[in-house]
Amino acid sequence: MARLKDLPEALSANLANLPCPEFADTPWVQPLPLAESRLALISTAGLHLRGDAPFNGFSGEYRVIPGDAAAGDLVMSHVSTNFDRSGFQQDLNLVLPLDRLRELVEQKAIGSLASYHYSFMGATDPAPMEQTAREVAGLLKGDGVDTVLLVPV
Amino acid sequence: MEQEGLATTQISLIREHSKTIKPPRALWVPFELGRPLGAPNDPDFQKRVLLAALKLLEAPSGPVLADFPEEAPASTAPAGPLACPISLPLEQADLASPEGLRQAFLQEVTQMGVWHREAEKKRGHTTYGASGLEPLEAARLLAGFLLGELPANPRDDLSLPALVKLASEDIKALYMEAITARPGGLTDSASLTDWFFGQCVAGRVFLQLREVMSQSPDKETRVVGGRLMIPVSQASRRLST
Repeated sequence: MARLKDLPEALSANLANLPCPEFADTPWVQPLPLAESRLALISTAGLHLRGDAPFNGFSGEYRVIPGDAAAGDLVMSHVSTNFDRSGFQQDLNLVLPLDRLRELVEQKAIGSLASYHYSFMGATDPAPMEQTAREVAGLLKGDGVDTVLLVPV
Repeated sequence: MEQEGLATTQISLIREHSKTIKPPRALWVPFELGRPLGAPNDPDFQKRVLLAALKLLEAPSGPVLADFPEEAPASTAPAGPLACPISLPLEQADLASPEGLRQAFLQEVTQMGVWHREAEKKRGHTTYGASGLEPLEAARLLAGFLLGELPANPRDDLSLPALVKLASEDIKALYMEAITARPGGLTDSASLTDWFFGQCVAGRVFLQLREVMSQSPDKETRVVGGRLMIPVSQASRRLST
């Protein structure tokens, strides 16, 4: 249903008119075969550990999600009220598919998972996210990660 | 990420945005906002979405924008109008007065808390708690505004309006987790939102809060009350007596 025509008109117009950054070219890293790769998740759902600071403002900040996090460890403090949360409330995998990825590692379809995953809050201007995204990239590389799956909300 | 040497693939919910931004690899999915993997408690479907996004890593060149071929599995919608599943005699409550509304809200939250504890037992987890407040504390904070009082802020790391926003989402989480765990397993998000804002005292409190907070001299309070508590799909709802 994330077709613009299916959304309430005010929301659909807002999303259609949202300025998106445009880039002259698309950077391209040749990935390792999935079965040999170490994969991390980056979500923009505003997720964080229950005791961590809620997202507050639009500075492009991020939160760390330990690789062994369970559904009960995480809460959401995204600012928007215009996306469904009832599905996430029933099943974390709907927005952060950690269990599904763990299953794929067990089946040897994916080499391994990162020790830490990360969450940003969408609805933030991408510009201030560049610096924090580069910081996260450094953390991921330090963790031996080579491949990242980005999941919006 | 790619400039830093990390290969990426992603799920995309708004195809138009991905078409403009041109990320290296994106899988557009036709699911509603908030459900990037398609459906809760459907591991097989979620895995198909995941594998389709990961498959894009095999593409020899890009940018690649692929479309996921399946719609989300149908959600469970209610057979008839949902009522608020508590024993509160709503018709006897004085919802027109702020004090009556406050009392009815606190009672509803208490009774919903019973269903919520059952839901947490059944699922083994809850997403309630971003505000750091217990349900009745969260409800009292929201209700404080209804009486024209500026409630005290129990947290020193967040502004009062920011805490009100988190408390409002926690209250919604409490209600949604409670109702979705009840026998029958309702998962249709539109019905759930209509139920919360149309049938529950809490929804009435939110609508009333929008009115009160929109009049505040404080800008952040106006933004939270006016734009961050009621979804666009419910914005035209007005208080009826």
